[in-house]
Amino acid sequence: MLKISAEKLNELFDKIASQQTLYIPVDREDKCAEFKKYESGMTLSKALNTVRSAKDFFLPQTENLAEFRRSGKTIEVKDIRKESEDFVVFGVRACDAKSFEILDSVFLAEPVDTFYKNRREHGTIVTMACTRPEETCFCTTFGINPTVPGGDASVYFDGESYFFVPFTEKGKVFMASISDMLEDGDVTKLSEVQAKAREIMTRLPLANLTTDSFGGEKLMEHFNSEKWAELSEACIGCGTCTFVCPTCQCYDIRDFDTGHGIKRFRCWDSCMYSDFTKMAHGNPRTSQLERFRQRFMHKLVYHPSNHEGEFGCVGCGRCLSKCPVSLNIVKVMKALEDK
Amino acid sequence: MNNDTLIPLVGVVTDVRQDTPDVKTFRVNALEGGKVFEHMPGQCAMLSIPGVGEAMFSITSSPTNKEYMEFSIKKCGCLTEWLHAMDVGQQITIRGPYGNYFPVETELKGKDLLFVAGGIGLAPLRSVINYVRDNRENYGDVQIVYGSRSKDDLVDYQEIIDEWMADDNIQVNLTIDNSQEGWDGHVGFVPNYVKELAPSTNKTVLVCGPPIMIKFTLAGLKELGFSETQVYTTMELRMKCGVGKCGRCNIGNKYVCKDGPVFRYDELGALPDEY
Ligand SMILES: Cc1cc2nc3c(=O)[nH]c(=O)nc-3n(C[C@H](O)[C@H](O)[C@H](O)COP(=O)(O)OP(=O)(O)OC[C@H]3O[C@@H](n4cnc5c(N)ncnc54)[C@H](O)[C@@H]3O)c2cc1C
Ligand code: SF4
Ligand code: SF4
Ligand code: FES
Repeated sequence: MLKISAEKLNELFDKIASQQTLYIPVDREDKCAEFKKYESGMTLSKALNTVRSAKDFFLPQTENLAEFRRSGKTIEVKDIRKESEDFVVFGVRACDAKSFEILDSVFLAEPVDTFYKNRREHGTIVTMACTRPEETCFCTTFGINPTVPGGDASVYFDGESYFFVPFTEKGKVFMASISDMLEDGDVTKLSEVQAKAREIMTRLPLANLTTDSFGGEKLMEHFNSEKWAELSEACIGCGTCTFVCPTCQCYDIRDFDTGHGIKRFRCWDSCMYSDFTKMAHGNPRTSQLERFRQRFMHKLVYHPSNHEGEFGCVGCGRCLSKCPVSLNIVKVMKALEDK
Repeated sequence: MNNDTLIPLVGVVTDVRQDTPDVKTFRVNALEGGKVFEHMPGQCAMLSIPGVGEAMFSITSSPTNKEYMEFSIKKCGCLTEWLHAMDVGQQITIRGPYGNYFPVETELKGKDLLFVAGGIGLAPLRSVINYVRDNRENYGDVQIVYGSRSKDDLVDYQEIIDEWMADDNIQVNLTIDNSQEGWDGHVGFVPNYVKELAPSTNKTVLVCGPPIMIKFTLAGLKELGFSETQVYTTMELRMKCGVGKCGRCNIGNKYVCKDGPVFRYDELGALPDEY
């Protein structure tokens, strides 16, 4: 297998970054990891995952859709779309890599969202296999294998070297662009590291969580469950869970008058907010119970019912670690599952 | 790059009609004349004044109208107030058509039809009614029950009087909530009037209006012996994208913008009661 030794990793990053924009996870001052545009000298974070997911690269938190000029009674629409530049996101975990497939099933369905598609076509995802899954991880519940993380190409770390394997055409092009820095390596140690990671996974507290009780067939049963009242009681509707979630995709569209032209932009929105569904003649979701239920029903029931059983959660654990009042999808699943 | 549905086209307002104290009907054309796009009865479009807002409206004109599209718009907020202040010649942005439509070429063909509308709820049904009138040979009996708060609140009153009521092939029953000078027609709420009229249960029913009217109308129809599979309605939820991606307008696993707005009652019954 082709590899590069750990001390040469930054040389490799420099090379990639000299060809196209490169993003890697780095540690912030507060020790939280986030994806940053690589600049020479930055160090790859050792954290298991970034606080925010990698969805920003394809569905940015805000982006302009069009511009308008209004004068008198006339309106001019300006299509401001540009072909995206090529870029590489390095170090995406298996859960986040899977989240792109879920976003694809929404944004690449007809009518295709060209803003999203443009970025998907130009972005190469280089995933990194997990060696030490954490207590909040439950990707395996959704059939994800963190030691085989997918994407366009994958990187495996054995403690000394990074091993590379391409999966897609884009991944092969990426590998070709760095091939002169890679050398053949012995995978004995890597196999041990992989076996260790798989062993950790079986011991994780959420290892036995299953999706058996969920899916489209359970729509009315789960919607009408009495458990929602207790489950949602503490939720303060802050929306944190939706913003950190790699698969949450709801957005708002708004206009901004710059004084010399109007920009229409879209930005992430949250079904946890009280005005999300507010209309002139009322609101179908007036309580936090209804809004809380919507978020989890969407992931566990509505999305699978519309997408051949594919769940809208990848078990990344972000909502477990970030909710200020310790609510999360695992609590919901445990409360609703039939025992 | 291919067109993106979120980037709108420009249309121009070519006629404005004050229908009721708070409803105006706008005629919209493409800048070069003709229609901006084709549609089917029941479909909607996103209209916008950039910088003011964008919202979904039923296309109230029939697809058989080859010259222009029409929208009946009730003044109730920021964008709709702006639209009400428009004159002829004002340009607006428009995108669509969105959603499914009444099955005029399939399930409704050959059927006796009963239209039940309240207030601005006539807007989507008017498109179907005029489509049916223009393809009259394809449908059986046509009956329209329409009501509003007062005579002045009946949308499209002139067209109803001049065209629908003058048409021997259509039965029109109008009603207003409270008696009023200059009105010698029926007085009373729409659901009660439907029960009084006791239409034959072999009719297929298309209902649209305020939620409360729809609810009682449906209950009345059931009492008369209609089944849920005979009744169609259109739903209205908050919308942003119009294409099932912004996540805003779902009832259970259905997006009203894409899988609706037209639903048969038994389909709605299988969904959570969250609308
Ligand atoms: C499928 C569909 C078809 C519709 N057809 C028609 C029609 O034919 N004629 C007509 O007059 N109206 C129709 N509406 C309603 C119309 O979209 C709203 O009246 C309009 O959005 C109000 O916008 P505004 O900017 O004037 O109000 P705002 O200033 O935005 O708001 C006033 C209130 O309306 C709420 N609101 C915002 N967007 C909507 C929305 N999409 N629907 C309802 N309330 C909203 C706001 O939250 C606020 O409470 C339709 C709506 C839908 C979803
Ligand atoms: S619901 Fe929670 S665990 Fe699932 S993908 Fe979203 S943030 Fe991760
Ligand atoms: S579940 Fe937690 S993170 Fe999500 S909105 Fe409620 S309080 Fe905030
Ligand atoms: S309006 Fe965006 S999902 Fe229906």
